[in-house]
Amino acid sequence: MDLDVIIRNFEFIIGGLALTFQLALLTVVGGLFMGIVLAMARLSSRPWIYYPATLYIHFFRGLPLILVIFWLYFLFPVVIGRPMGAFSSAIISFIVFEAAYFAEIMRAGMQSVARGQALAAYSSGLTSYQTTYYVLLPQAFRNMVPSLINQTVIIFQDTSLAYVIGLREFLRRVNLVDAREVRSIELYLFAALVYFIICSTGSLISHRLEKKRVGRLFN
Amino acid sequence: MIGLFSYHFDWSVLWRHPYGDLLIQGILTTFHLSFIAWVIAMGLGITMGVFRVMPFWLVRFIGVAFVQVFRNIPFLVQLFFWYFAAPLFLPTSAQKWLHEHLTHYSYWAGVVGLGIYTASRVAEHIRSGLLSIPQDQFRAAYSTGLTTLQTYRYVIVPYAFRIVLPPFTTEFLTCFKNSALTMTIGVMETTYTAYYIDSFTFHGLETTTAASLVYLSISLCIVIFMSFIEKRMLIPGMIVRGK
Repeated sequence: MDLDVIIRNFEFIIGGLALTFQLALLTVVGGLFMGIVLAMARLSSRPWIYYPATLYIHFFRGLPLILVIFWLYFLFPVVIGRPMGAFSSAIISFIVFEAAYFAEIMRAGMQSVARGQALAAYSSGLTSYQTTYYVLLPQAFRNMVPSLINQTVIIFQDTSLAYVIGLREFLRRVNLVDAREVRSIELYLFAALVYFIICSTGSLISHRLEKKRVGRLFN
Repeated sequence: MIGLFSYHFDWSVLWRHPYGDLLIQGILTTFHLSFIAWVIAMGLGITMGVFRVMPFWLVRFIGVAFVQVFRNIPFLVQLFFWYFAAPLFLPTSAQKWLHEHLTHYSYWAGVVGLGIYTASRVAEHIRSGLLSIPQDQFRAAYSTGLTTLQTYRYVIVPYAFRIVLPPFTTEFLTCFKNSALTMTIGVMETTYTAYYIDSFTFHGLETTTAASLVYLSISLCIVIFMSFIEKRMLIPGMIVRGK
């Protein structure tokens, strides 16, 4: 074991972690926004809205993320006529892909609200808009928060895939340092530890919230 | 969108010699890689899942630690670890032997990595499946005079099996899709082949589109097949897959 290699390259590697966080944050924001639109479309009763959204979600959930990254990486230059930067290409792939997962979480959250709630709201004279925003959404949101945090943890892990199109995020930098210093054991264990600490913190928060929610339901 | 019309599509890269054979080989590799990984995942995942509900704290701790470690580290990092770092733990002579005799080391690193990663997810489903069995099932089985072994053999396992079947379908599909990540350590599976052909022909758009269709159609076949099986296996009066 030679932990010196990590100290020597600490600044370089941690710089990659900043990029990883940036990628994850932008993906979560973009994915949530697009996911809301998709989830609404999937809950719509109009077939010309419902079917395209359903097709979109099933399409992207059936593909490996790494393939989506490549596919868009090849598609963009053809569509816009010039090559796209690795960063924007990666961000767009992540958003397009994760939106499908976010949409399914949100749809499940909306459907988890008991039907009686909507009926009760309508019968007390609320409009459809009021029912959605004051009764259904607040409950649905509480139901989906644990899953959304869980998905955020998964996104954080998935950002490591930006590696394949040469983006210098955390894992790529660890890989680069390894190519120069040939200290695979120390470097990859270090990378694993960093991811582990960050992701298990996220999982723990999600788990706590889930417990709280289930506790409230049954007590 | 203008670019799409001026782009010269050449779909023949999908079947032209030698790319056609490469692509077929890639698809086959995806298949056997994910199948062998799935076998490992089932064996290890079921063991660890059962460990998590055991009445001994040490065994339970092993189960929890296994799941937590392998779920909270990105699969890509795990793959790199198995490929780059794991052989270095071996003595030099063993490393040399590995280098000479195991020509497809990247393939086996991919299989083991994917198997263990999937096992951590399978273990979670096993645990929640076992915990969802009502205690009454045990009581009823014991009161009809079955022994512990018989209770598990005839009542609990058949019951638990049907509960975990739908999540297992999802997990298998995830395993199948995750096999694409082994390209990063040089396994020539579907995704890597699609990327590889691009480096000779500059027609990556066609090959990645074809690869997408391959993944989608195989996933679709599995989903249709499994929903048929799940329907046959359904416990009467129990909603397994929420509608």
